[in-house]
Amino acid sequence: MSTTAARRAAIEAADLVRTYGKGDKAVRALSGVGFTVPSGAVFGLLGPNGAGKSTTVKILTTLAEPDSGHATVAGLDVRREPRRVRHAIGYVSQKPSFDPVATGRENLVLQGRVYGLSRLDARARAAELLTRFGLGDAADRLTGTWSGGMQRKLDVAMGLIHRPSVLFLDEPTTGLDPEARAGMWAEIARLAGDDGLTVLLTTHYLEEADQLASRLVIVDAGRVVAEGSPGELKSALQGDSVAVELGAGDLVDRARQAVRAVPGVGDVDLDGTTLRARVRDGAAVLPGVLAALDAAGIRPAAVSVARPSLDDVYLRHAGRAFREADQAEGVLV
Amino acid sequence: MTTFVTHSGLLTLRSLRSLLRMPAYLLFTLVQPMVWLLLFGQLFQRVAELPGFGGGSYLEYLTPGVIVMTAMMSAGWNGTSFIQDMERGVMDRNLTSPVSRGALISGSLAYQAVTTVVQSLIVFAVGLAAGARYAGGPAGVLVVLLCSVLLALIFAALSDALALLFRQQEALIGVSQFLTLPLAFLSSVMMAPAVMPGWVGDVARFNPVDWAAVASRQALSADPDWAAVFGRAGLLTAVAVLFGWLASRAFRAYQRSA
Repeated sequence: MSTTAARRAAIEAADLVRTYGKGDKAVRALSGVGFTVPSGAVFGLLGPNGAGKSTTVKILTTLAEPDSGHATVAGLDVRREPRRVRHAIGYVSQKPSFDPVATGRENLVLQGRVYGLSRLDARARAAELLTRFGLGDAADRLTGTWSGGMQRKLDVAMGLIHRPSVLFLDEPTTGLDPEARAGMWAEIARLAGDDGLTVLLTTHYLEEADQLASRLVIVDAGRVVAEGSPGELKSALQGDSVAVELGAGDLVDRARQAVRAVPGVGDVDLDGTTLRARVRDGAAVLPGVLAALDAAGIRPAAVSVARPSLDDVYLRHAGRAFREADQAEGVLV
Repeated sequence: MTTFVTHSGLLTLRSLRSLLRMPAYLLFTLVQPMVWLLLFGQLFQRVAELPGFGGGSYLEYLTPGVIVMTAMMSAGWNGTSFIQDMERGVMDRNLTSPVSRGALISGSLAYQAVTTVVQSLIVFAVGLAAGARYAGGPAGVLVVLLCSVLLALIFAALSDALALLFRQQEALIGVSQFLTLPLAFLSSVMMAPAVMPGWVGDVARFNPVDWAAVASRQALSADPDWAAVFGRAGLLTAVAVLFGWLASRAFRAYQRSA
């Protein structure tokens, strides 16, 4: 493998702007989204509903045009060379995109033929993918009768039929039950090992991005608000949080003062009857916190240390809780 | 160009495969023509005694008209499969693949053409079974099939275009209620031109259903006026090409709002 090819970005997006509608009704879906996806591995586009993830994917997959901005996929300009882009990418939309009155095998063979595979090659590739995704037993039954998890796997398999160099997975686990979601996560994690395949995954599930993406951008209200690996983003928050659940009758103010006085403790917030302290290193500070509470005569009901989550990262960068944003903007798009 | 033909063929076969798995759908589209042919044909059989019907039975007059009318009416629903594809992710998957927009339209039109031929033959067979007889022979039957296919292409393309522009089934209900039904009555499908009100006759001259009905009846008659047949088939072809082009243009509007 040549080093230049390995280093070339799989996706480059710069200043993407997209507005829907005109005049008073205009909704700005993207206000300058830009990011770079390195070749290989899984890249996450994380954000609440309505953040602009799907619009970004539509532009990158040639389904929509940006009002302004620039994007290349597999080194090809999406506006100037859409046909070549389409050969290089696989796209798995949020919605099921197989034909329910065809069998799994028929769906895959047709998809292969669309990409120019011969009948024989299409059949061979279909058989290979059916086995790989564990769909072999159901292959010749109508897909309308399959379970949701199997149908989703078929969608992904169809996106891979022509061995694309970039695969777009738009909300791949939305609507799946927990077991099917776990199965899909395992499949996506395996995709990351495919030679030369880059996966761009959009999701509004924080744990999904955390589990699968080696790098991610957080999109909020049409902008990128943070970029990095999940680990980097979390450690950038500088530290853990210590939660002290106070027992009945404990003096809240005294407890708060006692905790704040411990060296290594930053802000201390009160959330109901729980104190949340931001600390540099949870394990190192914990004995001090317990001693300080004891000295103040306070017997907490429970004390726990938590590593920061992407929830905290989102809160920090977008200025509001992810769950709230997800519900608030769900209606807009 | 070969890719275009391959893609169109693949999409046509996909639709035909679906139809073969749900043949009830085809039967469903044949309920209305049977009502026209068998009930309407019975109820109005003495209409043929009016001057201008050429002396045959009303069933013989009505059958070619019902064939082309059926072609038009079921083609009006052709956009339904686009709407279903849009509601699922199938349309977006196709649009991110190398399939051209033109091939999506031509695949959809070719499917409609095939189903129209099957439908037309069934309606024709029912007409014959009920007692209609024609002097026109195989050439006449071919012209009837050609005219019903051309008419179907016009309305299938219109239906596709409206599906792409409005993305909802309601738009297609509009086509059937506000367009195809009135057009059927503003033509010589059920009533001979000689006995229809003058203004209806004037409108009918610009009505593709009328072109198809006139050409079909002529071709089935003992001594067809071939100039009239080819003139109207030519008009149908021209309008079909125009609407096919408009439908592929409608993809631009669809993608602009995507």
